[in-house]
Amino acid sequence: MKIHEYQAKAILAKFGVPVPRGEVAFNKGEARDAAERLGTPVVVVKAQIHAGGRGKAGGVKIAKSPEEAGALAERMLGMKLVTPQTGEEGRIVRRLLVEEGLDIQRELYLSVLVDRTAAAPVFMASAAGGMDIEEVAKERREAILRETIRPETGFQSYHARKLAFGLGLSAELAQKAVPFLQSVYRAFLETDASLLEINPLIVTGDGRLVALDAKVNFDDNALYRHPEFKELRDLDEETPLEVEASKFKLNYIKLDGTIACMVNGAGLAMATMDIIKLSGGSPANFLDVGGDASEERVKNAFRILLSDPNVKAVFINVFGGILRCDMLASGIVNAAKELKFRVPVVVRMEGTNVQQGREILRSSGLNLTVASDMKDGAEKAVALAGGAR
Amino acid sequence: MSILIDKSTRVIVQGLTGREGSYHAQQMLDYGSKIVAGVTPGKGGTKHLGVPVFNTVAEAVSKTGANAAIAFVPPPYAADGILEAIDAALPLVICIAEGVPVLDMVRVAAALKNSKTRLVGPNCPGVISPGRCKMGIMPGFIHKQGHVGVVSRSGTLTYETVGQLTALGIGQSTCVGIGGDPIIGTSFLDVVRMLNDDPDTHAIVMIGEIGGNAEEVAAEFIKKNVKKPVVSFVAGQTAPPGRRMGHAGAIIDGGKGTAKEKYAAMRAAGIHTVESPADIGQTVARVLGKSKAKSVSKARPKSKPVARSKRRKK
Repeated sequence: MKIHEYQAKAILAKFGVPVPRGEVAFNKGEARDAAERLGTPVVVVKAQIHAGGRGKAGGVKIAKSPEEAGALAERMLGMKLVTPQTGEEGRIVRRLLVEEGLDIQRELYLSVLVDRTAAAPVFMASAAGGMDIEEVAKERREAILRETIRPETGFQSYHARKLAFGLGLSAELAQKAVPFLQSVYRAFLETDASLLEINPLIVTGDGRLVALDAKVNFDDNALYRHPEFKELRDLDEETPLEVEASKFKLNYIKLDGTIACMVNGAGLAMATMDIIKLSGGSPANFLDVGGDASEERVKNAFRILLSDPNVKAVFINVFGGILRCDMLASGIVNAAKELKFRVPVVVRMEGTNVQQGREILRSSGLNLTVASDMKDGAEKAVALAGGAR
Repeated sequence: MSILIDKSTRVIVQGLTGREGSYHAQQMLDYGSKIVAGVTPGKGGTKHLGVPVFNTVAEAVSKTGANAAIAFVPPPYAADGILEAIDAALPLVICIAEGVPVLDMVRVAAALKNSKTRLVGPNCPGVISPGRCKMGIMPGFIHKQGHVGVVSRSGTLTYETVGQLTALGIGQSTCVGIGGDPIIGTSFLDVVRMLNDDPDTHAIVMIGEIGGNAEEVAAEFIKKNVKKPVVSFVAGQTAPPGRRMGHAGAIIDGGKGTAKEKYAAMRAAGIHTVESPADIGQTVARVLGKSKAKSVSKARPKSKPVARSKRRKK
């Protein structure tokens, strides 16, 4: 789960990580008032969207007076920001963060995430702050410092010292880095974050370490431990069909093709997308209905797939394990009765109770195309969607 | 022979009396797996599905001599269940649960390091040695006993693979679903190593996914150590970067973990890569045919195919 910068900073502040003073603003008046309350000669107005690369796209501006902050807010709210991370469609700016301007002496990069190979959290730091860290990683791997935190012993002061001196900080700043990184690590652990990134982490003219930007992603699997995070979700930042799908525990990701697919299991769902592409078509989505799908869930899955206007054919590819083919077939038949199928539907099923499932489809009188295997199904779906592109 | 589990495996089902545990334990019993104990705290001393139930794993082990456990516990309690099995020094524990918090797995991984236990999973279908023992949720009837080892990060894509093999009359030695999470107990490398050492396994099928670099690590090992033919497919060739494709581990992050990179590493390792998931079975059939031919050609070094390929190189 992703949250906004201002929410991430509020969390960091709660754990004792220094962040700039600032307020969230939803309109011009709020932005102006926030700038006035901050009272600094310069304030920064930052567009709040769930994507990075905002600065270059015009989503971060400096104002020298509360009036200017208000004027900037008026221009930025409602604006469509297109950054490398938003894709072509961009994101509409609906919230702003108005912050005190700070005297930046150095910009550093810092993040914490779980390293899957080491099976432990790792701090990553670089002197090349403010930059796209992925670019730095590609060009100069040695420019990124890594410090693995063993769960048996936890975070120690030496971890912070190694990173701080590695970044070329003074002894005095290295001293300050110890409580700073300790707080960052605590925030990471106690919120069950999957990524905590501070880019840039700055050294101010008066020798303080401050998290100038912050990004926190939570581990979806651990959200049950943090019911309070529910309020932080911003549905405007999510694709409407994906929001709808999540209500029914459907794992759906919208893509830009024309062949909708409904599959049980994530691996098979990806493989189905692949085979559609290999057959000359293009998948409209990723959809895993799950191993424990009910008839109701299958019906909702259909409804969501069919509400994508680009869809020209549906390919159902199910290998029944726990999910029984007869149940799936009944779900398809019931969905067809309730929803008008405006596009051709190709069904390929295999596995548990496949004979009963095929019989239900056959005797339903529905105009479904039955496929003998995965390849046959993909080819039929591509042909029915208007052929290869 | 087989790897991880066989006819002598004595299984504990953690969460035996729950809905999922009951259903799958019955399926496993029907398949012929030897379930010797169930563990459900508070229900010790009772029997369920004809299997004695204990309050703790330690008690179940000491009373029944069990040597493997499969955990059917909800994700929030999965780490606790695995740690209990580690504490009881069980050689094998399989965790099916999907949705275990990553930081829970960080603790589990640390505990596994100095233990006698191997963990398979979480977020996996389990392990089956066809005709001998099934510890998992896979449909048993699609399998056939034989000599191809299968290792995969996904559930239903493993069934798809096994289905293709069985339809072609190719049986399996052991099929291992290692799970789709970022932190798992047993990696591709671990399973490939075991399958390579198993005399009953003549070929290996490795079904990968985008994300991480476990496939590349295994490919590196295969390049240096594996003489048996290996066939591989990687799911997610068309997946967009930055989007998690269902499995927590299946994400192209910062341009790393793409199918393209994985295929390149595999080809460099001499693995028979398959572009289409529909061709996995056929490729294994072809490769097995070839490898037999190869062993024949080894016996007769001057056989035609070798000579021809040499000529072409010049």
